[in-house]
Amino acid sequence: MKRLRGLFLLALLVVVLPILFPDNYYVTVVAVSAALHAILAVGLNLLMGYAGLISLGHAAFFGVGAYTSAIITTRFDLNPWLAMAAGILLTGCIAFIMARPILRLKGHYLAMATLGLGMIVQIVLVQAEGLTGGPDGLGGIPPLSLFGWEVDSDLRWYMVMSTVMLLVVWLALNLIDSRSGRALRALHGSEVAAEMMGIDTTATKTGVFVIAAISASLAGSLFAHQQAFISPDSFSFFFSIELVTMVVLGGMASTFGAVFGAFVLTFLPELLVVFEDYEVMIFGAILMLMMIFLPQGLFVGLQGLLRRLLQQRAPARLPAPAEEDKHGAA
Amino acid sequence: MADQILQFLLTGITVGATYALVALGFAIIYNASDVVNFAQGEFVMIGAMSAVALSAGDNGLPMPVALLLAVLITVCVGVLLQRFAIAPARGASVVTTIIITIGASIFLRGVALLVWGKDIFALPAFSGEQPIHIGQATLLPQNLWVMGGTGVMVLGVHWFFSHTAVGKAVLACSCNRTAAHLMGINVGLMMLIAYGLSAFLGAMAGVLVAPITFTSYDAGVMLGLKGFSAAILGGMGNPMGAVAGGLLLGLIESLSAGLISSGYKDAIGFVILLLVLFFRPSGLFGRASVERV
Repeated sequence: MKRLRGLFLLALLVVVLPILFPDNYYVTVVAVSAALHAILAVGLNLLMGYAGLISLGHAAFFGVGAYTSAIITTRFDLNPWLAMAAGILLTGCIAFIMARPILRLKGHYLAMATLGLGMIVQIVLVQAEGLTGGPDGLGGIPPLSLFGWEVDSDLRWYMVMSTVMLLVVWLALNLIDSRSGRALRALHGSEVAAEMMGIDTTATKTGVFVIAAISASLAGSLFAHQQAFISPDSFSFFFSIELVTMVVLGGMASTFGAVFGAFVLTFLPELLVVFEDYEVMIFGAILMLMMIFLPQGLFVGLQGLLRRLLQQRAPARLPAPAEEDKHGAA
Repeated sequence: MADQILQFLLTGITVGATYALVALGFAIIYNASDVVNFAQGEFVMIGAMSAVALSAGDNGLPMPVALLLAVLITVCVGVLLQRFAIAPARGASVVTTIIITIGASIFLRGVALLVWGKDIFALPAFSGEQPIHIGQATLLPQNLWVMGGTGVMVLGVHWFFSHTAVGKAVLACSCNRTAAHLMGINVGLMMLIAYGLSAFLGAMAGVLVAPITFTSYDAGVMLGLKGFSAAILGGMGNPMGAVAGGLLLGLIESLSAGLISSGYKDAIGFVILLLVLFFRPSGLFGRASVERV
């Protein structure tokens, strides 16, 4: 139970927030996109943080999921859940096919290849007007419904999105502590050493790439149904960068770090709106400063700071930083 | 048809020359400090925008002075970027430095938005708008400026790294920082020079191409990505490879825009880039590297 303490804490927060602040814009609107971003960031973190494979094109998978859902539900009138499954299947296949050649690359070459993949998908979304509606986007996407329970209000979306987020976080935590998760972390340390220990590195890398892509596709489908309208702008290179920033800002190789990063980066622009024209500049400056002075990430950095403070206060009661804490944070 | 192809080739070389300069800047910074500088495109934008701002209006500066000042401003930005954003984060991981330079590029774009607004500006052509006819194809004098300027600068950079003591010192730092330091080379200064040079190339690309493509506060984004693609296409560690990659990318784009589809020209460029990476993971002109364990 100790391993999942963080998850329970997050679940508690999710339940308490709308009770404390009913009808608050920041809870029912901003927190919903924060939860959506958290799903994406947790998936990307499996790839970047744990396996050490950078991706600058994650928005592509988000986009493929969203557009598959949108096209299938608006043009063929099929059930949204079926469309969501189709999106996941399609994204999974694309990721599976692309994984082998792309994941052979390393460092900046891998960054470039994933960036290229993201750009190609976005250009296709803009250009294939007959199918995607082109730059004007695609509207009239029906809302989700669960056994007759229509997800049509902000509060209901809050419930759905945060439940999915908790599920994804839970799955990610379990995956990391499983046999494949350990293989993944070994791979990050040294690919050659992992291979020597009998880990099939290609299969492990392909697996995590597909899982990251699938979670992005799931988020994309939810996004499409929530917004009821999508356009290629939401799936651009900048969004990929934003996702990478969420992961790095929170602290790589920490699932709760990714969630934290997603929340910070979703709320920050909302708060910076008061600075109007200075918004872009301040955002860039914060990003730079944070990475220069807290390269291990906000969440991990703050956690370390907190632990040091606690130790100074009560050295007798906390003889050593509890080893389980590491798992809790993982 | 042959005339059309000639026209596409001329356009492609002009565009490719700009990419080549940006890619050269990428390669220089990457060689010197192992950083992929995502703010490279902003150098192009700052060069072009400040040239426009300085030369515009009735009491604007004469063109050559404005251009010189614009390039100087950009070099200062490059040096400041290295000193205050890259140097403090030494030893950080690849991903961290990528995010730092992305942060820097957003910051610079934010400043440009604040100073110059969202309008699109044009710089007057350096020597008239009278088109030159080559067969059925036409060429603006500014295209010649871009090609010639790029040629001169590429040769200059080559000469700088192979014939001057400072250039060799920068190269020494990129081979082995510690050894260079032990040889009495001021590594910090060499890094500043590398970033300054890279910013200079970006700014020159900006002012040369601004009369043709116009410029705005967000003009640097796409150019930066294209420059990065070109550098990777040619092989990141090889500056002359980066130049070749830039020209090649320009030609590919121009030919595919003319012959296949203008909407998909960027996509075709990226597809070819991916194919090159799949079959030659170290770029067309890069040496294959073997990872040591």
